[in-house]
Amino acid sequence: MTDQPLVPETKAAPSRLRRALDSDLFYAFRRSPVAMISSAVAVGLILMAVFAPFFAVTNPFDPASLNLMNGFTPPMEPNAFTGETFFMGTDDQGRDVYSTILYGMRISLFVGFSAVLFAVVLGIILGLLAGYYGGWADSFIMRAADVQLTFPAILVAMLIFGIAKGITPVEHRDQMAIWVLILAIGLSDWVQFARVVRGATLVEKNKDYVSAARLIGRGSSLIMIRHILPNILSPVLVIATISLALAIIAEATLSFLGVGAPPTQPSLGTLIRVGQGYLFSGEWWILFFPACTLLALALSVNLLGDWLRDALNPRLK
Amino acid sequence: MTEPVLSIRDLTVEIPTRQGLFKPVRNVTYDIRPGEIRGVVGESGAGKSMTGNAVIGLLDAPAKVASGEIWLKGRRIDNLNAEEKRAIRGKEIGMIFQDPLTSLNPLFTIGEQLVETIQLHLKVSASEARDRALALLERVSIPDPVTRFNQYPHQFSGGMRQRVVIALALCSEPSVIVADEPTTALDVSIQAQVLDLIKELASETQVGVILVTHDMGVIADTTEQVTVMYAGQVVESGSTDQVLSAPTHAYTKSLIAAVPRPQVKLHRFPQVSYGNRETTFKIEDLARNWAQTAPSKSGKLLQVQGVTKKFIEKPAILPSRRRYFTAVDNVSFDIKDGEVFGLVGESGSGKSTVARMIGTLLPTDGGAIQFDGDDITTMEPKALAEYRKQIQMIFQDPFSSLNPRMKVESIVAEPLIHHKLLPPDQISARVRELLDRVGLTREAAAKYPHEFSGGQRQRISIARALATQPRFLICDEPTSALDVSIQAQILNILKDLQEHLGLTMLFISHDLPVVRQMCDRVGVMKQGKLVELQETEALFANPQQEYTAELLDLMPRLAQLSG
Repeated sequence: MTDQPLVPETKAAPSRLRRALDSDLFYAFRRSPVAMISSAVAVGLILMAVFAPFFAVTNPFDPASLNLMNGFTPPMEPNAFTGETFFMGTDDQGRDVYSTILYGMRISLFVGFSAVLFAVVLGIILGLLAGYYGGWADSFIMRAADVQLTFPAILVAMLIFGIAKGITPVEHRDQMAIWVLILAIGLSDWVQFARVVRGATLVEKNKDYVSAARLIGRGSSLIMIRHILPNILSPVLVIATISLALAIIAEATLSFLGVGAPPTQPSLGTLIRVGQGYLFSGEWWILFFPACTLLALALSVNLLGDWLRDALNPRLK
Repeated sequence: MTEPVLSIRDLTVEIPTRQGLFKPVRNVTYDIRPGEIRGVVGESGAGKSMTGNAVIGLLDAPAKVASGEIWLKGRRIDNLNAEEKRAIRGKEIGMIFQDPLTSLNPLFTIGEQLVETIQLHLKVSASEARDRALALLERVSIPDPVTRFNQYPHQFSGGMRQRVVIALALCSEPSVIVADEPTTALDVSIQAQVLDLIKELASETQVGVILVTHDMGVIADTTEQVTVMYAGQVVESGSTDQVLSAPTHAYTKSLIAAVPRPQVKLHRFPQVSYGNRETTFKIEDLARNWAQTAPSKSGKLLQVQGVTKKFIEKPAILPSRRRYFTAVDNVSFDIKDGEVFGLVGESGSGKSTVARMIGTLLPTDGGAIQFDGDDITTMEPKALAEYRKQIQMIFQDPFSSLNPRMKVESIVAEPLIHHKLLPPDQISARVRELLDRVGLTREAAAKYPHEFSGGQRQRISIARALATQPRFLICDEPTSALDVSIQAQILNILKDLQEHLGLTMLFISHDLPVVRQMCDRVGVMKQGKLVELQETEALFANPQQEYTAELLDLMPRLAQLSG
């Protein structure tokens, strides 16, 4: 062990990757088994979902590949009629459960990511405006946020879903469903981002670097985007990660309630809804595997978010 | 000589870090005798607070005492367990921290906090504890202690709060008090009172005091013994008179030399030359390329006429029901071409508000600010942009005045880009040139602000301010967040700018010796009003107002000692 020189020597600027591997965050990451395992699970599941056609045995939505005779095949047992074996069994229509999970996760993740992205963008814009301008803009936006919070998220989502269902023609309903889900979940989620962004903006806007930019004559929108936004992103990132898990669950809940992804484009929630009908008749695998996948996905993303929050909080070090 | 009440022997504190073992305190040895005040002085990061924390057993993990001994009244205390340390802390060793705002619990009255502490440490009845608490409040010169007893911390001013903290530290009749920068957060006038109080109490109650500070003035005024620390080690230790008048170590010498003298006007600030930190500032290069600007029409570049600023104290929908607090009240002054105009006053006197109004960061509520004859408070946006090109500002806190997420290059380039002063392909070269001239390497451009020290950051600020070649520079307490050693560098740079470039400056400070060295004329502000305005020498020699005389009287009296 050697003494650390008090004045660090100047080094040549390391590459971006080197710096990332050298960062305190990555160091904390390597020292946290929870973070490593949960990120491995999350990244693994996300990759399997994105590249579902490569991992899936069959394309469950291609009617040509389906055989109704394969219906209700238990996992790892040959089908009584066709002799085919399925790793996680098949559902009522003979679709391979493993493959439907992969394709279903795609939809769950797409809805989750898009909804969070929508909520983040909306929350950042409104939060920045409220925090930076203050006054009536602040009052108006934050009261709207308060009103939004008085409705449970699921209720808001169901409301939007109901309205959308009423105004879209029948033939477009299935396509609309996904986008309505994103809108519904995103709208019920923006408040927390707006609040965090507003709070952080209130702190940042009084710092002298903002004064320096104003003194130069920079306009408000430029100051908000170039100066304040980069400095408030880390709490937003943390909440976004945790929200992602919640958005995936919200999507599953809505789909389970039948107001989400249609059976033709089943998400994890839809699969669980379909599966629960067969739980008591002995075909447990139709429910069990999608539910486990949802649990693993949501839990790993959530743990990752929790870890990120702690790692980025200097007070907990 | 009496036995020391506290002895620190060969103390080393270690912090394991990713890069290896870091030792913020190395082989520190000093004693405190009863009734003695020992100053521990050094720049930030010298390990002086860390030593104090080791004594009171409040080192934050993973820092730990690696070797050495701490003896309190003949008992070794550094190897006690947490429980035993806790018993000593507060009982035997009292503590006074820097910020009186956070060291009192806002939810309890002063009386409750005192009584609780007294009962915790001394086995006395409730009524006895109350009597003791009242006596203590009286002792620390709090007027009307019976009323004050039932008040909450927020009803006390900063100085009064620090008195209460001192009373709390004295509750258990400790033998040693560790005072970590006890007056840094206070105004000069209150600082003197608090220090006098500590001095009185030390001699009266025979408590030994460790006074940790970075201010040589405080050391000279208050302490009997002084320990100078540099980079975790004690470089010099001895009686204050001896160390200040005949320092033996090079660091102490340059540290003392760097303290601005209130009495004499010097041409340049002596720098702390210890440690290889001298940097070259290439003013001649800068002067050669500086665009010469025409003198202002009237010879007065900036005219502040009856400027007023009110802040809403109690908001209401009806304007008639709002209550206002007048932060700046009808202030008028002129700044001539090439002049450095000083504005002094205690915190809350409105001096920074004036600066922010001149910098168009705050709107005015009356009065006019004329820059070269044009009133900026009524300017059209286009003229205002032209005005902003000609002024720049250097802020107090170098840690918040640079955007932590922007590279130094983008920070310095921002005024150039905004005012479209250079074609895009030349900006990078100009930025590197500017950095070079304020004594930073060209490589600095690719780094982020957090990779620099406070002094270096302030130089980045100066580089940004100089980018547009302004005619007028506002310096809002440019050195008050810096160590003495670095303060001198920054002030020399500013002085050079003024002399070689003929830059006109508004220099705001609460540090009177610095103001005397920097400014041609000085305005004194008190509670939003400009109470006195004079040539610097005249003001220091012969203040017209009682308030100014009081302020001058409170200047650190270091020079009396070291001559």
